[in-house]
Amino acid sequence: MSDIHGGKDPLVRIAKRSTISKPKAWAIRLISLLLALVVCAILIYSIVKMNPLQVYVSMWKGAFGSSRRAWITARDVMMLLCIAVGLAPAFKMKFWNIGAEGQILVGGIVTAACMIYLPQLPGPVLFLVMLAASLLAGAVWGVIPALFKARWNTNETLFTLMMNYVAIQLTSFCVAKWENPPGSNSIGVINQTTHAGWFPSLFGQAYALNVIIVMIITVAMFFYLRDSKQGYEIAVVGESQNTARYAGISVGKVFIRTMIISGAICGLAGFIAVSGASHTISTSTAGGRGFTAIIVAWLAKFNTFTMILISLLLVFLDKGAIEIATAYNLNDYASEMITGIILFFILGSEFFINYRLIFRGHHKEVE
Amino acid sequence: MKKLLVLLLGLALVFTFAACGGGGDEPAEDTPEESGEAAETGDFKLGVVLVGDENEGYTWAHMEGIQKACESLGIDHTDSNQVVWKYVVPEDESCYDACIDLVDQGCTLVITNSYGHQSYAQQAAAECPDVTFISMTGDTAALSGLPNFKNAFNYTYESRYVGGVVAGLKLQELIDEGKVPASAIDADGNYKIGYVGAYPYAEVVSGYTAFYLGVKSIVENVAMEVQYTNSWFDITKEAEAENALIADGCIITSQHADSSGAPSAAQAALEAGTTVYHVGYNVDMLAVAPDAALTSAQNDWSVYYTYAIGAALNGEEIDTDWAKGYADGAVMISELGPSCAEGTQEKVDEVIAGLIDGSINVFDCANFTVNGETVTSFMAIDVDGDFVGDEGEAIEDGIFHESTLRSAPYFSLRIDGIKELN
Repeated sequence: MSDIHGGKDPLVRIAKRSTISKPKAWAIRLISLLLALVVCAILIYSIVKMNPLQVYVSMWKGAFGSSRRAWITARDVMMLLCIAVGLAPAFKMKFWNIGAEGQILVGGIVTAACMIYLPQLPGPVLFLVMLAASLLAGAVWGVIPALFKARWNTNETLFTLMMNYVAIQLTSFCVAKWENPPGSNSIGVINQTTHAGWFPSLFGQAYALNVIIVMIITVAMFFYLRDSKQGYEIAVVGESQNTARYAGISVGKVFIRTMIISGAICGLAGFIAVSGASHTISTSTAGGRGFTAIIVAWLAKFNTFTMILISLLLVFLDKGAIEIATAYNLNDYASEMITGIILFFILGSEFFINYRLIFRGHHKEVE
Repeated sequence: MKKLLVLLLGLALVFTFAACGGGGDEPAEDTPEESGEAAETGDFKLGVVLVGDENEGYTWAHMEGIQKACESLGIDHTDSNQVVWKYVVPEDESCYDACIDLVDQGCTLVITNSYGHQSYAQQAAAECPDVTFISMTGDTAALSGLPNFKNAFNYTYESRYVGGVVAGLKLQELIDEGKVPASAIDADGNYKIGYVGAYPYAEVVSGYTAFYLGVKSIVENVAMEVQYTNSWFDITKEAEAENALIADGCIITSQHADSSGAPSAAQAALEAGTTVYHVGYNVDMLAVAPDAALTSAQNDWSVYYTYAIGAALNGEEIDTDWAKGYADGAVMISELGPSCAEGTQEKVDEVIAGLIDGSINVFDCANFTVNGETVTSFMAIDVDGDFVGDEGEAIEDGIFHESTLRSAPYFSLRIDGIKELN
């Protein structure tokens, strides 16, 4: 290529890799994580003059320091994972579902409504009603943009984003309607004394049910995407809509069907958030996790099992950051810097997995 | 390729060790030591759950109060074996998680500082009967029936009343000097004043009514407009609300919201030639509004914290509801700004003395009417959950007694002369 310009080879050239072996890809990821920890260590030491190892140990303690902390970490991992699993089919068919926040909120609203208006129902019945209602609400919220996209080819990114704002306003309305006490703009814990509509404890663990539900969906989605005909159609639509059409796949139908599934699972995440964790609803119930889950889904390349690892990493970083702030009386921002650096390196590692650097002189690849 | 991998790994390790080695030389004074330094305070360990951090005025006032209390009680608030701080805890299940985590860490007293934390703190209190929980500014402790769940508040309405007096004196001065524009007088001949409120509930209503009555004690014919932001802390919304009030002609404004948005907007308007002065909240606003700020109503939370932490330290029972005011030094106003009218300090001292000796009652029913009538009865406590008071007569001998039946304010009457705009 250098001959074209007639000059010297550049010091470094970047070329796309055709393939990369799995161990090599994971080695790159591991190295980037280690490098991130080193950079953080330097930063921690130079800014706050603390032993970085000690800081890392407290991060670990913050996430897994006690069985209670481990369960809370598990609960939050499951929440993030559930949303990411819900987003996976939509993103795999390149349908930019930015609307998980809204789908979570509507799922949460109907769940809270069931808890408030139907507390007299027997526990298992109420549970099923809430489950069905949240799935339906999320599906409706997800399918509206899909219908418009299929029929009028509207832009789904903007549409789902706008649906978030509608859901947020709807939540504000419901909070104002159900607020306790009036004017306080918060609902507080619903059914605090009766625990009606709360997830029951299984094996003595309040969050065991969260884990079970999300793990079932994670496994089911893995096989749905990999082995089912519908999963294959999603993959084809994602690769090329024209190919899909040529192969006789009704693209609009796939959009609609997939967004029903995607929205329903996000609605279910709202159900788990309200009934299984917070026992209340507010505009911050989704808390930005609908966006974070997009990172999870993409980083995992829509492999739902890889998503477990990535969700765990993100939640771990979050819990760790909170613990550092408490243990060392540091401001939140200091620990968020660490989170930011680690994420930067992990996202950056994807570059080195997809591309390789070729240095001048030796024609050997280097990552 | 493999060589390079090994090299990189090696480098990474070297860097890590180098960094750690450097870190290891430092005396680990800021880090939690496992030694038993907390000997003098025995098994006592305090956990604090804060809605914000030192960058937010409301939380800062609480942090300062707890730090002062700890200093006077011989507790080292920087030692995580004695006090564990949790910052920026949202008002959702994270608050419950934080409370339980503090219990797991051995805390025997847990304080949450925001109203929205209350139901989560209560949930934790129900599950951990051996640990005392204090939900600041909360209102359900007595009704919850939990012996280890407490509420506390200050007579903030007293300092708001005094702030109103300061504002009233300024208004009087403007009237005397003929500086009140026609736009600041409404059709009934009342002077227009304004208030930026957070949420339309009792705590805010009680506060703005006290401010209004303070102004009214100086200038009889005033009418107040209240603009809500529906947020405790939102600089932009508070500034917008303030601007709306100023545009409507309000010449004196005050606030019950936590940012400096409103005084900054008042300062900008004043510099642009509109006459408007402002009474702030929590923090001294002179830094952002050197000309427009008159004073700020403030709480000194150290009075309560010294009492509560001291009681817990000595194994004594903490009051289920605690509320105190000027008489105990729990409320105050910040330093008077240079724009204040002449003689303000003397009048303020006189009013404070009156509040302390009981000759001035903020909510004297003779000083306000509701729908043109004097109020003679008000039930303060709602026991059946319909948000209408069922018991607890707050009015006695023509005086509405605020925060005596319960620490959290319950004065939710909308009195004549005040109009809520949204």
